[in-house]
Amino acid sequence: MSLLLEPLQYAFMARGLAAAVMVGIVCAVVGAYVVLRGLAFFGDALAHAILPGIAVGYLVGDGARQPLFWWALIAAVISSLGIGAISRTTKIKEDTAIGIVFAGAFALGVALISSVRSYSVDLAHFLFGDVLGVRPADLWLMVIFGGLVILAILAFYKEFMVLSFDPVLATTLRLPVRLLEFLLLILIAVTIVVSLQIVGVALMVAMLVTPAASAFLLTRRLPVMMALAAIIAALSGVIGLYLSYYLSIASGAAIVLTCTAVFALIWGIQSVRQRLIIQKIGGDQSEN
Amino acid sequence: MAVIEELQKTTQYLSRQRDPHEVDEPILRVEGLSKAYESGAALENVTFEIDMGEQLAVVGPNGAGKSTLFKVIAGVESPTEGRVHIFGHSPRGHICIAYLTQRSQVDWSFPVTVADVVMMGRVGQLGLFRNPKAQDWEIVNNALEVVKMNHLAKRQISQLSGGQQQRMFIARALAQQAELMLMDEPLGGLDLNSQEKILGVLDDLRRANVTVLISLHDLKIASQHFDRIMLLNHHMLGIGAPQEVLNPENLVAAYGGHLHLVPTEDGMLALGDTCCDEQ
Repeated sequence: MSLLLEPLQYAFMARGLAAAVMVGIVCAVVGAYVVLRGLAFFGDALAHAILPGIAVGYLVGDGARQPLFWWALIAAVISSLGIGAISRTTKIKEDTAIGIVFAGAFALGVALISSVRSYSVDLAHFLFGDVLGVRPADLWLMVIFGGLVILAILAFYKEFMVLSFDPVLATTLRLPVRLLEFLLLILIAVTIVVSLQIVGVALMVAMLVTPAASAFLLTRRLPVMMALAAIIAALSGVIGLYLSYYLSIASGAAIVLTCTAVFALIWGIQSVRQRLIIQKIGGDQSEN
Repeated sequence: MAVIEELQKTTQYLSRQRDPHEVDEPILRVEGLSKAYESGAALENVTFEIDMGEQLAVVGPNGAGKSTLFKVIAGVESPTEGRVHIFGHSPRGHICIAYLTQRSQVDWSFPVTVADVVMMGRVGQLGLFRNPKAQDWEIVNNALEVVKMNHLAKRQISQLSGGQQQRMFIARALAQQAELMLMDEPLGGLDLNSQEKILGVLDDLRRANVTVLISLHDLKIASQHFDRIMLLNHHMLGIGAPQEVLNPENLVAAYGGHLHLVPTEDGMLALGDTCCDEQ
């Protein structure tokens, strides 16, 4: 018991846990659509593409944290619009457009941050997260924007489901398809910005994809998938942080590794079970 | 321009205002419809009308423009020239048109049940921020009853056979309370038993006065089950009773070099040497 409680006497650890749980839930719920619509590469790219926004905020704000959030949000929205514009107006395929925008923006971000002398420490925080550096004000931003994202996903639940499953049906039901598509991209962008401090730019896609994919293996209903993904992500956040505390490893990496371990476990159990079912069928047949 | 159109769609969806159904207009009137892609013309100057409750089979070779015709009628794609009138207005103002998705276009591992998919047909009537009520579930159950799939309502969609998948889409169109159903190759890739079941459902739809446009590969099924038939190969080569439309000249014009007509004692024998190349 003391093993569990000991880290909590540090306020930074308690805040870190709250942040990890909250971000885990938001990422997992939005992640359900990222997984179902095959947007993993887009999510990864968007996370990287906000680096120049952070860099500008970092340079302009002279190291202050608050403006970073807003600059990151602006960069995320511009990048998602840019990706859409390139693939719509040229014959370039969307994944290529994503690659161009993502790598270019990421390089710009690194270049900007490298102009500051102490850049390696700060860059590492942006890339891999700094969950133990979460301050009360950061927590409030996470609560408000994370809450807004979840509310939007619930409010547009049936519209997003129709759009993701069958875009032609969405058109014949006269849904505002483009607006909804745009809204979903914005929700992914906000989620990424909210989660930035927990796992950082480089590991972000894991939070979006891994818990949702684990839940996808377990269920056949979308609401259940979202709920399970949220539980898996929240638990992984807590377990990962404790691991990071006791093993002295980077917290973002510990959280992501826990998510990955949960996925591997579920996948392993499922393949063993399937093999057993096949064996049983085979055995039944040989008895006849 | 695109932004304005999107805003119009949004207000239309929010207000749930649809275009009226003019009583003196047919359910579907297509005038001089052409659709060209970069790769060439898919449809050229197609004109026809169908009446309420009619079932029209559209036949023609692969790549003849059948799917394009359906998508333009559904308002999913815009015509290059010409117009589509649904009860006298553009299809974009109506939710009474159902386009039955081709089975190959759907991700069957999507985590939804049969009832969930059929309920998707209700979304247009429900509108934003409104959840399905008891009345909507009743409509969904009745729709599943018509296609005889009530016992499968809770199944995940990946566990359905091809014929069941197709009937689920018909149920979804019924839940949408569609008056015009566009069925793009619903019999493609199905065994005879499944095909029979869907043809049975079509008979029920005829009794329920639902208007159906159906594209078919099999000329025999088309001529046995449908009173009116359209032969399409970019141009409309004929429309009317099967025996009038499916004459040797029209068939050669439609199927071209792939069709050989051989005179036999019983009459003409038509041999095709093409099948199933990708559209």
